[in-house]
Parts: sequence; structure tokens; C-alpha cells
Amino acid sequence: MKRRTFLKGTVASSALAVAAGAGLLKSGQVLAADWAADAFNARDLASATKSAVGGDGAASADIKIKAPLQAENGAVVPVKVETSLADVTSIAIMVAENPTPLATKVDLSGDAVGFYSTRVKMGKTSEIIAYVNSGGKILKSTATVKVTVGGCGG
Amino acid sequence: MATKIKARAKGDVTEILVLVQHPMETGQRKDKKTAKLIPAHFIQTMNIAVNGKSVADVSMGTGVSKNPLVGVQVKGAKSGDKIKVTWKDNKGETGGGDSAIK
Repeated sequence: MKRRTFLKGTVASSALAVAAGAGLLKSGQVLAADWAADAFNARDLASATKSAVGGDGAASADIKIKAPLQAENGAVVPVKVETSLADVTSIAIMVAENPTPLATKVDLSGDAVGFYSTRVKMGKTSEIIAYVNSGGKILKSTATVKVTVGGCGG
Repeated sequence: MATKIKARAKGDVTEILVLVQHPMETGQRKDKKTAKLIPAHFIQTMNIAVNGKSVADVSMGTGVSKNPLVGVQVKGAKSGDKIKVTWKDNKGETGGGDSAIK
């Protein structure tokens, strides 16, 4: 596992170096193109959280997760995160029971407000955790989505 | 792979919705006919910019559903503002699109 991570890292960074050297990337774009492999490849919630947002945070009532209580189709589960917290710089969405818990993360800038919506895959019934970075402080909210196998709508 | 962008100014806050046709393969599924693993193929990064200014840098893993639908909201945007979306997947394929706020 370690060797694999090392190899992946080397290939990715050398590809980036080649691209940068060829002038394909402007210096400002190098960071934007950075994909956090460690966080997305992490196989348990604790290490995914640590890599993605720096560590667990306190629960906040100012973060709202909109997700179905029950999903008939685990392949497409709509998740909406809304927050009234100030200075939101990023929102990360984790599916606790997935093989790799980190589903997606958005870094917000400029005129963006504390909002992010997406659709995630869920292998089974799980907690969904939304981490919000508000002015450098990590806060979270959780919701549970029940995934029914072979269930029908209505 | 088509990228669709939808944004309509409604009061002070505008929601920008981006839909990309992409398989988002996890690399863990097996082809039913050949019993071989289907290689991972998923979008890793997406940037959304309004009038040339970045508002969102999205990172995705294999846990995002096929044909990703991403939504962000910006304040102070108005009808006619230009939206630009660019994305890149794990195979180095890129895509994106341009649109304007309605």
C-alpha cells in the first residue's frame, strides 16, 4: 500500500512537472489542478477526514444537509449542503461507510456563498458528513441515508 | 463528453448548475462479459469561474455519481455574466463549456 502510494505520487508529480515545464500550465493553475490523492484514496473515515480537512470538528446547527432519508438507488443520492456560517472556504462531503469515504470537496472563493450540491454513490446505509471550513475552523453536520436494495419508489 | 451549464439570476443569489456526461467508473466494477475489471475513469477536478474570476474549485473521487451534477451559489451576479467551466479526469481528458447567466 505504501509503495503504491509512493509510486502514484511520483508519477503524478513528474507528470505535473513535465506539463509545467512545457508551459501548458500557468503558475497559478498548478495548485488548482492539484487533486488530493491521499484524501480520496484513504480507506477509513478518520484518515480521509484528516487528509481532506485536517481533522474532525465540532457539530454545528448552522450547517444543513439536504439528503433523502431513504434512497431507492444508492448509485445516485442527491446531497445539498447549505450553511449560514461566515467566511466559508471549503465544503467536504464524506460517506462514512463507502470504501473510500471522501466523495467530493469544493474550495470556494470570490463571490461564492456557503452552498454545495452534488450526487453521491452509496454502497449501503450510511452517515453522510459535511465538513465546513469557516474562517479556518472546521465544523460539521451529519445525516443518515438509508439505502434500500431492490426497493421500489413511493 | 458534453458539459451543460444552467444559471438563472434570482434575487441576490444565483445558483450555477453544471452537468457533465461522464461514466465516473470506480475501477472496482467488473465487465459482465469478460469478468475483467473496468479501469477507473472519473473526473478529478472542476473549476467554475464567473466573469473570469474563480468561484469554485471542485475535487471529486469515485464516490460521485455517474454524470456528475454540481451546484454552487454566488451572490451579486447578474444576468449576462459569463460562466466558464473546465474539468479534468484521471486519464487526463479535459472538457468544459461557456455560458451566461440568464
